This record gives sequence, structure tokens and C-alpha cells, in this order.
Amino acid sequence: MITTKDVEHIGWLARLKMEEEQLEGYADQLNSVLDYFGQLDEVDTKEVEPTYHVLEMNNVFRDDEVTDCLTQDEAIGNAPKTQDSYFKAPRII
Amino acid sequence: MITISEILEQIRNSSAEEVVSSCLERIGSSKLNTFITIANESAIEVARKNEGHTGPLAGVPIAIKDNISTKGIQTTCASRILGGYIPPYDAHVIERLKEAGAVIVGKVNMDEFAMGTSTETSHYGPALNPWNTITVPGGSSGGSAATVAAGEVPLALGSDTGGSVRCPASFCGVVGLKPTYGVISRYGLISYANSLEQIGPIASNVADMTLLFNVIAGHDPRDSTSVPGEKEYTKALVDDVKGLTIGVPKEYFGEGIDQAVEKSVWDGVHRLEDLGASWQEVEMPHTKYALAAYYVIAMSEASSNLARFDGMRYGLRLEKDHDWHTTYSEIRAQGFGEEVKRRILLGTYALSAGYMDKYYLKALKVRTLIKQDFERALKSTDVLIAPTMPTPAFKLGEKISDPLTLYMADVNTVPVNLSGVPSISLPCGFSNGLPIGLQIMGKHFDEETIIRTAYTFEQNTDFHTKAPEVV
Repeated sequence: MITTKDVEHIGWLARLKMEEEQLEGYADQLNSVLDYFGQLDEVDTKEVEPTYHVLEMNNVFRDDEVTDCLTQDEAIGNAPKTQDSYFKAPRII
Repeated sequence: MITISEILEQIRNSSAEEVVSSCLERIGSSKLNTFITIANESAIEVARKNEGHTGPLAGVPIAIKDNISTKGIQTTCASRILGGYIPPYDAHVIERLKEAGAVIVGKVNMDEFAMGTSTETSHYGPALNPWNTITVPGGSSGGSAATVAAGEVPLALGSDTGGSVRCPASFCGVVGLKPTYGVISRYGLISYANSLEQIGPIASNVADMTLLFNVIAGHDPRDSTSVPGEKEYTKALVDDVKGLTIGVPKEYFGEGIDQAVEKSVWDGVHRLEDLGASWQEVEMPHTKYALAAYYVIAMSEASSNLARFDGMRYGLRLEKDHDWHTTYSEIRAQGFGEEVKRRILLGTYALSAGYMDKYYLKALKVRTLIKQDFERALKSTDVLIAPTMPTPAFKLGEKISDPLTLYMADVNTVPVNLSGVPSISLPCGFSNGLPIGLQIMGKHFDEETIIRTAYTFEQNTDFHTKAPEVV
């Protein structure tokens, strides 16, 4: 069972600010979906390997060559806040 | 609805510019809320430039789902968090379309970040189903299917993570393909659940859908899951199913299936039998677990993929900055809609310490069993046929309030994404004036056989000739 406290914690992990009055509603919805996911427990998967990827491909390499890429102006063109041609993030420390 | 050949005929009789501007007029006066952004100026400019272009789609207007990056044209994923975002580059499929001479007329409505089955989670309001505007067009590529069904454009691109091309194709009575995973490059597709999704073509008929598919499929080194090799898919447009073996999985006709849907799909199987195919029932015993496995995997991948939306490099940023955690958390809380938040929360939970094995790893193992169901069923058969959706289009507002009820609608589409096989939805009947979709699934990289089956069905039935009366 997910409690309102759990929802708050998951919200923190996911960087989603939760309003106090939303917590109960989310807890109910999350519990009902997780209940449904619980049916996976019925399946015997002891000898089964997980499928991360449907095709038998791994280690796709490419040549290490310099190719065209975005200019700095193009790269920051959508940034809401910039300074000296850099992305401007909030203070971290 | 309009076909490519009708458009090319119109271009020959007038000009690409005239054809594109009348298309833009239709879109501009649409009451279906199909478009988020109409590219009026760039479309006319491209149409002018493309006069005399010899590509297979020269001058042909196309609508693009709003999660596919288009250089210089706003791309929002129908989310507030990406409002005003103008991609600085084109997706691989857009490069291909431009080379083929196609004209992008705008970006179409969808469920926010492709999370939904009805286009009702769009920040821009729901798109409407042209067959009956009190019903949903399906989702998440609802704008793509509705605009083709309404005859606004001949072609559209959607994306299919758990049925998002096939569901709206079914609800809107058009043709849509979810290709084998890896056949179309995902470069420039804004990721929701990257191990499941493929861009897919939508058109009013199988031949047009195939021509569009042929243009956009092919290898692209910028997507490391893109598969090498090129094929000429239009060669599969052959009216012949003699000797074809159809498998009918009874699990796809389970609880909650509408009787008219069941009858129309069986009529379709029998029609193909009359044309020389044979059919047999097949068992796919893990089908009932597909929905839970799909949602665990999709939500887990979503929680990771959507971590990039923090307002620093693009999208919504609030006026005032606080400490970094509060800043990001407030931007994301205001930028994402309810369903997106729900999926991020559930995905975060499913991947969190102590629960990863119970949910995520378990779902990946069930995915293996579902993939094996397909391999077994397709060993003795060439294609599988089932209903795309268990019902025709439902009403706006009918299912949106209860997430789980809405998820259940995806029961017949998600197994295809878990196993990576290709699948087409095409119209096979009507119930109370609403279209019904027939789903044809095939082996990995055997798009040719499902295209041939769909083409043969279409050539020998008249469902694709019916169009909604658009007001």
C-alpha cells in the first residue's frame, strides 16, 4: 500500500512538487494501478530471461569521426535563461 | 478522404502551391482541433520550391504528430512544458519526407507525450472524431488519424508505443502501421518509452500508407537501434492471399469485446478465406498479462526519458529561481499534465530501490513470454488477425476520469509493442456509424506479408471507400 507519505517521497525522487491536497488522490490512483500490476506475480518466471530489447543487437559501433553538429547559438536557442552563451541553471550549492 | 493519386492529379491540373494552400484552408477551418501548429508560411514556400520535384511525394501535404522534431516548426508533444519549443534539427523521417518532396503542413494533436488512448490528455484540448464528434478519435496519435479521416490531408505520421497509431486508425476508419521495432529511425522522435515505440504512417488506404512507409523506412546510424538495409515495400501491394495461413488468437476476443467488433473481424477472416487463405486458431496464453507488463515498462522508461524536461535547455521556465531541487520540481509540476505525472510517479516507484525486481524486472521477464507467444503462433502461420480495439470509439469524457479503465482499452495493441512485431490496422466494418479496425500482425521484418494481406482485403471490400460527412 502506498501512503500519502510515500507519494510525497516518490514526488521528491521524480522532481515533481506535490501539493498537500493532491496526495490522497494520487495515493488512491497509484494503489489501484499497482494492484493491477500485482497480477504479474501469478506468472512463473523462474527460468525466464528478461527482454530489455526485442532485437538481437548489441554493441553498435560507429567510426569516431568529426561531423557537423549544432552551433552554440542553435544549441541555446530554446533556452529560457542564458548568460554569456551558456544555459543558466539555478544555484546548486 | 483524399488519396495521393488524387492530390498528384490536382497538382498536374493546377500547381503544388494551389493544392497546398487549399489544404491549409481546410485545416484552418477544421472544427476537429486536429492541429496544434499550422505551418502556413513554410508550407507554401516549400510547395513553391517543389514545383517540378520528381520525388514520390512531390507537393503532397502531410501532417506530423507533434512529438516528431521538425526544424523551425514548433514541437510541443501537446504539453505545456514544451510550449514554444522550436527544434533546431529535423527527425530522420522528416529529412526523408523532404527528400521525397512532401510538404509539411503542420503538427497534429496527440495525447500529452503520447500518453493516452483518446487524445484527451492534450494540453491543447482533445481532437474530435470526424465520424461522430462526441466520440474520441483514439490516441495517442488522434490528430494524425482524425485529420486523414476528415479529408484534411492525405497522409500523416504518428508514433506507436502501445497502439498509438493503430488505435486512432481503428477509431477513425483509416489505415495505420506499427512497423517492426528498428525499421524506422527514432532519431528526432521525442522519447516516451524507447524500447517499445516506432514512428508509423497513416493514410486513407493501404497503397498510400505503404508508399509513405517506403519513404520513411531505412537505416540511420544516429539511432543505434535502427536496423541496416532498405526494402521496396510497394512491391508487396499484390492482390493475392492464396496459400496464406492466418492465425486467430482467441485471447484477443476476450472479456469486454463488442459483439459488432467480434463479428466484423471474423467476417474479415472469412473474406480472406474466400480469397484463398486458410485460418486456424492459435493460443497466446500470456496475452492477459501483456497490459500490466506493458504499463510497468512504459512508465519506467517514461520516468527516465522525461527527466530531461527541467526547463534549463528548452521549454517552460518559471520567473523566479529557488534552490535547484525546488526550481525543477515546480517547473515540472506546472509543466506536465495529470496523466504524465501519474506515469512518472508510477515509473519512478517501479524503478526505486526495493521494488525494481518486483515490478520492472518481472515485467521484462513476462515480456519474454509474450514474445515467445508470438514466435510460437507465427511458426505455423503467416499472419495473425484480431480486433485492433475491443470496441468502436468511446465517448469523450467516458473513460478519462479512471486511469485504469482507459489503460484496459489497449489490451489488444500492447502485445505487439512488447514483442516488436509489425502490425497494421485497417477498416473492416462499422457499428452505429463508427468504424471498426482489423489488426494484422506479422513476423519481425515481414511487413511485406501483412501489407499484402491488408491490400488484398481492401481490394475485395469497400470499407475504405466510406468517409465521414465533415461539417
